[in-house]
Amino acid sequence: MNWHFDPASGSPFWLERAKTLGWDPRREIRTFADLRRFGGFEDEWLRGGPVQRWVPRGLAGKPVYVFETGGTTGIPKTRINVDDFRIDYELFSTTLPDEHFPKGANWLMLGPSGPRRLRLAVEHLAQYRGGICFCVDLDPRWVIKLIKNGWTEHLHAYRDHVIDQAVTVLSANHDIRCMFTTPKLLEALALRLESMGSTIRKSGISGIFCGGTEFTPQWNRFAHEELLDGAYMTPTYGNTLMGLAASAPTGPANGYKITYHAPQPRAVIEVVDFEDADRVVEYGATGRVKLTTLTKEFFMPGFLERDEGEREPPCDRFPWDGVSGVRPYRAFASTTTVGVY
Amino acid sequence: MLHLPILRFGEPYTSLEVDEVTHFLTGEPIARVSRANGGLIQRDMRKANRAREALRAIPIDELIARVGRAGELYMTARLPMGDGMQTADEFAHAQSASTGLPERMCRANMKKNAFVLGEMRSVLTSLTRGLDFDVLATGHGVERDVPISYQAQSPVLGLVLPSNSPGVHTLWLPIIPLQIGLVLKPGPQEPWTPYRMASAFFEAGIPREAIAIYPGHADVGGAVLDACARSLIFGGTATVDRYRGDPRVQAHGPGFSKILLGDDQVDQWERHLDMMVESVFINSGRGCINASGIWASRHTREIADAIAQRLAAIRPLPPADPEASLAAFTVPGVADAISNAIDAELKVPGVTDVTAAYRQGGRLVKEGKADYLLPTVLHASNPGVPVAKQEYMFPFVTVVECPQSAMLDAIGPTLVCTAITCDETFRRRLLDAVHIDRLNLGPVPTSRLNWLQPHEGNIVEFLFRARAFQTAPLQ
Repeated sequence: MNWHFDPASGSPFWLERAKTLGWDPRREIRTFADLRRFGGFEDEWLRGGPVQRWVPRGLAGKPVYVFETGGTTGIPKTRINVDDFRIDYELFSTTLPDEHFPKGANWLMLGPSGPRRLRLAVEHLAQYRGGICFCVDLDPRWVIKLIKNGWTEHLHAYRDHVIDQAVTVLSANHDIRCMFTTPKLLEALALRLESMGSTIRKSGISGIFCGGTEFTPQWNRFAHEELLDGAYMTPTYGNTLMGLAASAPTGPANGYKITYHAPQPRAVIEVVDFEDADRVVEYGATGRVKLTTLTKEFFMPGFLERDEGEREPPCDRFPWDGVSGVRPYRAFASTTTVGVY
Repeated sequence: MLHLPILRFGEPYTSLEVDEVTHFLTGEPIARVSRANGGLIQRDMRKANRAREALRAIPIDELIARVGRAGELYMTARLPMGDGMQTADEFAHAQSASTGLPERMCRANMKKNAFVLGEMRSVLTSLTRGLDFDVLATGHGVERDVPISYQAQSPVLGLVLPSNSPGVHTLWLPIIPLQIGLVLKPGPQEPWTPYRMASAFFEAGIPREAIAIYPGHADVGGAVLDACARSLIFGGTATVDRYRGDPRVQAHGPGFSKILLGDDQVDQWERHLDMMVESVFINSGRGCINASGIWASRHTREIADAIAQRLAAIRPLPPADPEASLAAFTVPGVADAISNAIDAELKVPGVTDVTAAYRQGGRLVKEGKADYLLPTVLHASNPGVPVAKQEYMFPFVTVVECPQSAMLDAIGPTLVCTAITCDETFRRRLLDAVHIDRLNLGPVPTSRLNWLQPHEGNIVEFLFRARAFQTAPLQ
């Protein structure tokens, strides 16, 4: 609070906002629960500029990235970044088992780049672990347009174009053993390799960090039983606003259920009542995902995500709450094109 | 409770995700249905050729005999249904409970399906225009001393099935004897027929690896269309428009079926009242072959009035009641939306609700969790109003006043057209009208099909390509 609301270090957005609150966050916010006093964080605040209003004065002069989320139509949400994406992915790196993600191995980043954080973040992860990252791009905004317009033939051609490039890179003796990709692209890649008499594992991949779209237990099982050929896969839930939530171990023993735990204390996920966003639901109950981001670069209290899920208790590896069954929030589900890439 | 697994070319597969099929009146779950994911289908398509090979190992004559036996089993036997068993009565009961169709209509649709299975030889003879079945089995032959060749365009046929009327299943029943495998995506409220039919086929000796069933959401339908080189899909106008011109997909949508009364016969319209009422009302007006328009140049108000009087007394009855004739809407909000749309149509000048005068209250009836729309007859004083070409999934018809000379230009696409006329010029124009699919000249209800004739596209022509073929002896 001191950093974000000190006139010497806070961002123009929060310093202006503080003037309208009628109370001083530096004095009155003492606990996580006190953050509710800010009320809900509005989606619209992140759309449109000037983007500099989000840069904390304490970080003045540092090179600033801007990452976008959404944006198929209209103005996308933006978040500024200096080092957060590197810190987030270095923390995530500690959750990756070395036997499947060997240090020094090269990576393939098969997914959206462009204005998104993913490309730089995955590349940093690869470098942080001593490897080099190859990249194949995919433009999800174009994919959504193809789907909405019913241009199925073009959709398939674009998918094939992306997978062609991935297969080429994997066949080029670059010792690529780790990969980031999305569920849809992993499925398409595995099926392509299978049609060529190969598999994900035979192509050299031993570890896959997978995310970006909805991830169901059934698909997780299908991937493990029929696509991966023994390669290791870790599902993740993340976005530009949060960072990256890793998943607790998953497999036949827990019905392939996927439970995500936010990278606390940098970001916190709560599962809250659909009608009362200040009320956390009981364990096992369903609610909307509420995100609070608390880094030096970005303060975002009480943002209601476009997702819902079930609240999960802490586990050995992550001694704080998690969320399972993440899926589009029911009120938006019918109007959202999801799982497209 | 019954569980219906995915059937991966005969192999049951229980998904981690299930959808519940519920009773339309009570909301109680009747069955749990495993939900497929698209990748499963893509991957299983590696086995599509195996489905055709298994069927080609059995002569078409023998397959015809086996599907005939399957028809008997389908009508009478206690057959596997997922992880349980189901008698024919239990089947009709379950189908009624999830689709809202009265049980007696479910049984009537069973008879249609069984008839097609029992008459398969005649059906195939008609669909192939008398082709020697060996030509389809081997791919070539000789007819009238000319070499001929028919090439299957896909080892399997994909089907994205609807929930509205179990009678549509007649369309895919001839596929197995044509030695083509089946990839079925059942309608969400009507998983019953694909599963019971598959069980009957298996019991009758059809190879299990010939049939796959993938219940699921829209993504599964998309995956079926992607994976199969030939597919049938059932949907609304948007679906039909989307796949128009796609040689891989035959899209079946609303029928906009109509009855046209010629000027030479319209003064005797009362003779045809039974035929008109049957066309509108049978099967609760749910089919694409039910008439949604009756067109004439005069007497239209009397015709609308007479049909309205016949249908105005119809009321919802419990689904097991032998007199029940009105199906319920089981998807929440659909009946309200349709009723609101009709109210909007009635604001257009020249459109009137003729049934409104003959009943108390509105057309929308809510009973428990079920919604019903009472039979509705509109009158349109000219063919230019939008409702003149509208179709809804309940007994709904618009009687349209239109000069005979303008009729064929105004009716729009028409799946079944029954024309009452002896006027040779008009008959000739009707025969030439390319926007009419099935044509009945004379008082044949639009809903009464001759099963020996192709329906909205010949399935044999869709699946097999006639091509040139020559042979010469090798030294």
